[in-house]
Amino acid sequence: MSEPRSPPRLPDDRWRAVDSALWLAPIVGYFAFPEHRVLGSQVIITALFALSLDLILGYAGIVSLGHAAFFGLGAYTAGLLAVHGWGEPLTGLLSAGVIAAAAGYATSFLVVRGRELAQLMITLGIGLLLVEAANKAAGVTGGVEGLPDVPIWRLAGTFRFDLAGNTAYWYSLVVAFGGFVLARRLVHSPFGLSLQAIREGARRMPALGAPVGRRLVAVFTIGAGLAGIAGALLVQTTQFVGLNMLEFQRSADVLIMLALGGTGRLYGAFLGAGLFMLMKDYLARQDPIYWQFWIGLLLVSVVLFARGGILGGIDAVRGWLAARRSR
Amino acid sequence: MTERDRERDRSGAREGPGAPPADGKPGGIPIALRTEGLCKRWGGVSANDHVSLTLPVGARHALIGPNGAGKTTLVNLLTGFYAPSAGRVWLGDADVTRLAMHERVKRGLARTFQINTLFAGLTVLESVVLAICERTGLASTWYRTVASCTAQIREAQDLLERLRLGEAANTLTRNLPYGKQRLLEIALALAMRPKVLLLDEPASGIPAGESTEVFGVIAALPGDVTVLFIEHDMELVFRFAQRIAVLVDGRLLTEGTPAEVAADQRVRDVYLGEPAGGSR
Repeated sequence: MSEPRSPPRLPDDRWRAVDSALWLAPIVGYFAFPEHRVLGSQVIITALFALSLDLILGYAGIVSLGHAAFFGLGAYTAGLLAVHGWGEPLTGLLSAGVIAAAAGYATSFLVVRGRELAQLMITLGIGLLLVEAANKAAGVTGGVEGLPDVPIWRLAGTFRFDLAGNTAYWYSLVVAFGGFVLARRLVHSPFGLSLQAIREGARRMPALGAPVGRRLVAVFTIGAGLAGIAGALLVQTTQFVGLNMLEFQRSADVLIMLALGGTGRLYGAFLGAGLFMLMKDYLARQDPIYWQFWIGLLLVSVVLFARGGILGGIDAVRGWLAARRSR
Repeated sequence: MTERDRERDRSGAREGPGAPPADGKPGGIPIALRTEGLCKRWGGVSANDHVSLTLPVGARHALIGPNGAGKTTLVNLLTGFYAPSAGRVWLGDADVTRLAMHERVKRGLARTFQINTLFAGLTVLESVVLAICERTGLASTWYRTVASCTAQIREAQDLLERLRLGEAANTLTRNLPYGKQRLLEIALALAMRPKVLLLDEPASGIPAGESTEVFGVIAALPGDVTVLFIEHDMELVFRFAQRIAVLVDGRLLTEGTPAEVAADQRVRDVYLGEPAGGSR
């Protein structure tokens, strides 16, 4: 065997110093901003939701405008379980993930048949169907009123979900970290590489013997399950579930977050969610009516000038600096 | 399809050249790939019209013909990229006509594309490792990293070295020069360790000197690998092909050894011109 000319660079999920630093940030944030822990937990939950979309959009190239359907389905699963007498958080979370994944699996066959615009319309349609179904079934879902005061039991029988958001923060952070580790392993695996290859050249993959449809169904199901877990987290930490958790606006928001942070990068979901939520919080206080103007301006700027979102822009600058140094 | 065509399909009578012998084994050599009356129609246009070909195991078979003769369509029919309007495709003893492309690949049928269809955002090494993972059934694995698939990586590196792509292993495919991209196309097909390899103009876009190298790699494939290649460079065709099939207007005009084809006046008239046999 001949020796390779340079060390191979292949997908690997070895933990690096930058990973530790990035995951230390929310821990530091907990102590540095005690008055913002509720907002912080919601940012983390939204980041997990964005991460679930990144798996299907950023890595597999499935575009979706209805991802909130699975988020909401998970939310209603956990909420209804609690309302009907089972408020145990961890099993609620698991149930939400399983139900959302099952719904993802069932609908995936419709989604993976088409490409781009067809996928957008099918996912949008699924989202709209689910909103109206939940609205119609007001006796179960609470309709437009939603389900307030969802009784969630103490976490591990010990930690009460307090108003200051302490338990919610740590609970969300640990679950999001688990989701991140799982997603990270998945995208660095041969399965993850095959998803990226499908995104890059879906026509070529069958010529390598790849069952493209099956792979897309698998990742869509996983993404839906993770979105369901994020939805359940939000219900358990806020004790409320409503139609807005299923609605188009949430699907559009998470898409914007991913575009801002950068698709197909895992951390782009966290960066985009953090930036979007903090900007929204700040701008809505400064200008309660026109705050979306600034979000729109940022989105257009990022998409035009930083291909691949903010992280893509940072990569481009690093590449440019490296090329300049080597000249 | 006319009644006469239907009758010809039903009876299995194949009068054209390339029709397999009754025992299915020309000269006792087992058959790798066979088509029976393969047709593809687009509305009123017949891209392939009752093409019957037989490739014994280990054949080095060229498919030539003018532009628009239906050569790429035939490859697309063989691989399952298109469904035939009529006719059948056999891979070894198995009728694969109804199998999807990826299922035919699992049975040992690999191809390259006339126009590069690579994974622009993947590196050269990632692309080949992925192809090997697909072949070895590892590509559905999610619990281990690509970097831990050492046997597949080693095999990919060896293959890239053979094709002189070793230096470009970590280069993004989109940044590769066109000629190297053609080589990567071939590397991906070879990574499948095919029993039958279909090459659609493998040397197109490659400088003349390098195209000989490409065909050198193809010629050096194990003797039990069957190769069907489309090529417009007659010098390469007559140097590397053991047999040549000539397709004109979707029909198989003739099929034979290079000498037989070169001597065929019909082939000279419609494709080769004068003189035939290597100068074109």
